[in-house]
Amino acid sequence: MSSRSLVFIVPLVVIAIFWLMARVERRMAPDASQKGYFERNGKVLGIAFILLVAFWMLFLVVLPYLYMVVESFHPTLTPLKRGGPEDVLTLRQYESFIVPPTGGGLNWTHINAFLFSIFASVVVTAINFVICYPLAYYMAQAGAPQRVRLILLGLVVPYWVNEILRAFSLRLLLATKGLINNVLVGAGIIDTPIDFLGQNVGLYVGLSYAYLLVMIFPLYNAIESLDKNQIEAARDLGAPWWRIHKDVVIPYAKPGIASGCTMVFMFSAGALAAPQFLGGPRTLWFTSVIYNFFFQNFNWARGSAYAFILLAACIALVMVMLRLFKVSLGETIK
Amino acid sequence: MRSKHVMKIMVGFYILLFFGYLFGPIIVMAITAFNPPNYPQAYPIEGFTLDWFVKLWNDRAMMDGLLNSIIIGLCVVAISVPVGLAAAIMMTQIYHRARGLFYLVTISPLLTPGVIIGISTVIFWKDVMSVTDVTKAIFYKGIILAVLGQASFISAYVLLIFMARLTRFDRAQEEAALDLGASHPQVFWHILLPFLKPAIVSAIVIAFLSSFENYNTTTFAILADKTLVTVLAGQARQGTTPALSALAVVIISFSLCGAIIYEVLKRREQRLADAARERAKIAEQAEVGGTPELATSSA
Repeated sequence: MSSRSLVFIVPLVVIAIFWLMARVERRMAPDASQKGYFERNGKVLGIAFILLVAFWMLFLVVLPYLYMVVESFHPTLTPLKRGGPEDVLTLRQYESFIVPPTGGGLNWTHINAFLFSIFASVVVTAINFVICYPLAYYMAQAGAPQRVRLILLGLVVPYWVNEILRAFSLRLLLATKGLINNVLVGAGIIDTPIDFLGQNVGLYVGLSYAYLLVMIFPLYNAIESLDKNQIEAARDLGAPWWRIHKDVVIPYAKPGIASGCTMVFMFSAGALAAPQFLGGPRTLWFTSVIYNFFFQNFNWARGSAYAFILLAACIALVMVMLRLFKVSLGETIK
Repeated sequence: MRSKHVMKIMVGFYILLFFGYLFGPIIVMAITAFNPPNYPQAYPIEGFTLDWFVKLWNDRAMMDGLLNSIIIGLCVVAISVPVGLAAAIMMTQIYHRARGLFYLVTISPLLTPGVIIGISTVIFWKDVMSVTDVTKAIFYKGIILAVLGQASFISAYVLLIFMARLTRFDRAQEEAALDLGASHPQVFWHILLPFLKPAIVSAIVIAFLSSFENYNTTTFAILADKTLVTVLAGQARQGTTPALSALAVVIISFSLCGAIIYEVLKRREQRLADAARERAKIAEQAEVGGTPELATSSA
């Protein structure tokens, strides 16, 4: 039995776990008023629901992910050799991230790309939090309802344009022949155009711009449910505005802040469009490395390994941050 | 009092700045769509032309991509909406202890980078579809893989939309129907689905739009086929042409029309609801025989 087909056993295990949990729950708390699943939905609908959800969970989510992970532990082979004697389990793809297969020192190109992607994503997350917090607070607590609706609409409309065109529009602004440089040179403020894209300004702006909404809506939702009286009370007791935010609003909105930051970070680290179109010529984004393994080298195994490294690193970082700020994962994903 | 005034001005300035950041690039892009130079240029303005729109209309690759995008979007809606609905209903019924785990698994595609969803979809389905040569020839196509990849995370969006609506569902309605002799399927079709109708509409719209504009997952899953967004990406990578700006103008115009219609409908609905409430209040007062002075002062 090959390692790949082993993956198909996992769903059986998952289903067994759910079934066991259901059994245990029923035994621990026998509740006569609680109706059984089929009793509640009818046979036909009950079965239809289970089939739909099982198809989604197993064939669209769990199995593909696991399959990719398994693939990453295989050597790079031509299609004909797949499943042959050379198709053994190996850590070679992960080693190649640290030491290039061609030999000689560390694989700095890829390690740098990886570290830079993580670092830049953290920076973008921080930028977006700073930009979005005041507006989210205004919408949730200070603004008149009519105006807030207008702001909400204004927030959504630019995002009906897809991300490629948004990145493209930023390039029109920031390119050496772009609007900002044209205006600056035309006004005589600078002599030679500034290379915003080469300096990665474009990259940061592009990522921040792409994920503004992802930050603002969790913040807004979290702050909105804060009772206005709490802020009033703090103000009456003489707290300056910054202390109201530091000691009342931010602690209250912490789960929203955590979920906004988590999403912006994950989306930035996994972004493809903004780095491709707005990154400098010498900047290598980690997803672009993965992209190249798939489309230029046709090295799916190594691409899978890199993808898994990215995913694992992002999840680990998010977990550490949540732990540091004492927010539970359950609160965040609500 | 003065500091309050200063604060107000600062807040206004901040909002202005924020929306300048949000709309600025798009307005600039819109200007370049009407400017004649070959390189999309917003300043200086050298005239007015609609050539870029004509060029866009005659772009075969883009039109083919558009058709594929629409087909994929419709298929994703057809898969994601029923799946999301089923998952949301199961979520409300599942045993308490399993709910957290179930929620975490169902929501995970939203946090997974799209790139990874695309890659895993291709790797997995390629092997599954390659079981026989016939199935590979029939099913191993970019459009089908794109639908599968997108459905995996769009179903999770849909799930969230339905869950938000279901929390407001009053179980008593269901009990009442059952007590009156309705069967379970009847309760589903005549009570639950009508209640969920607004959520179904927004789920369809959101599922279609997020499928339509998806890039990260699609660019891997689409293989040799093309969608509008991947065609766009290809052109944007090769160079810049004002035809792309023209496309953005078309998309924005459609979105703005949609947004305005939505806002008008919403306001009218609000007005009707307000009027109904007002009439109810008056009717109630007439019944109770309350004094009109009191009614006006409380309103």
